Amino acid sequence: MARRENPEINAGSMADIAFLLLIFFLVTTTMDVDSGIPKKLAEKTEVKPPIVKEKNIFQISINSNNDLFVEDAVMELKDLKEAAIKFIDNGGGVGNPMPDKEAGAPCDYCKGAKDPASSDHPNKAIIAVESDRGTEFGVYVAVQNELLKAYAELRNRLSQEKYGISFTELDQAFKDSGRKDEALRKKVLDIKSSYPQIISDSEPTDVQ
Amino acid sequence: MSKFKKKKKEMPAVNTSSLPDIVFMLLFFFMVTTVMRETDLQVESPRLPSASEVKKLERKSLVSTIYVGKAKDPKYGTTYNRIQLNDKIATPDDVPAFIFIERGNQAEGDIPFMTTSIKADKESSVGTLADIREKLRDVNALKLSLSTHKASEISK
Repeated sequence: MARRENPEINAGSMADIAFLLLIFFLVTTTMDVDSGIPKKLAEKTEVKPPIVKEKNIFQISINSNNDLFVEDAVMELKDLKEAAIKFIDNGGGVGNPMPDKEAGAPCDYCKGAKDPASSDHPNKAIIAVESDRGTEFGVYVAVQNELLKAYAELRNRLSQEKYGISFTELDQAFKDSGRKDEALRKKVLDIKSSYPQIISDSEPTDVQ
Repeated sequence: MSKFKKKKKEMPAVNTSSLPDIVFMLLFFFMVTTVMRETDLQVESPRLPSASEVKKLERKSLVSTIYVGKAKDPKYGTTYNRIQLNDKIATPDDVPAFIFIERGNQAEGDIPFMTTSIKADKESSVGTLADIREKLRDVNALKLSLSTHKASEISK
């Protein structure tokens, strides 16, 4: 009887099989990261909110026809950022005390008009967004985005002046350090508390 | 001279025997990173609004997603304000229960870091968002993210 060698298994088509699987997973993979506008909701408390002076509130309303009103005057979305910056950066008075200080001080980094009839200090300036129940979500998000842009611009400016690096880069550097670098943390917190984002969403009014 | 005469050589064939290895490596990479969609969408895939000032959501396991959009099933009407929790169309009143279930799946220490991501269609109304927001405040789920596409400039 002739001894027969075990014939070798042909592995040439292995690559084809692997490619097929590869393509399947390539197609089904979703690598997109969920990104969005962050919001911190207020806790429900019994405590009455403190009374805020009218001049420290920047009133924005969006009606059910998606028209934008700022301090009761019509405004285009593209002008909103400038108006918000003007309001936040006004610095016309004395602010709330900083975390490490006893008494409040006037804003020494503001470049605004120092108008006594507008906001006192960035940490007192409240932006109140009031929207109708019928307002489109897209418009609401666009408004929020413009406001965040205003804050980002102010923070970048201050950070550039103080540390020679924009806030976006500073924050990224802090995140890249695994949120452990104490010097960077101090800088980030300093800029954040200089221009805190105070955006309040009041309850929507009903469609009439 | 004939010493230096180069022998005519044929181009050696490229050795392809390691090709399967390379392909398998890629395959494993995609197998590991693949996330198959867990929930079937009962609402039409929301057309998210665009924004530039967005934050990425880190730690996906801590994110619970609420979809808002037009229901695929016509019996729920044609407005863009239907809410989907897990894989059912729901009302804002069901939101607290949904949050409690999501919390049950997490370690105790991670609960404060849980984020609710709202994927709402751009034509949905702020009223729906406000209802959800109110319910979230009721159960102290205070971290919220309004899901958007990343865009450098918003187009109107």
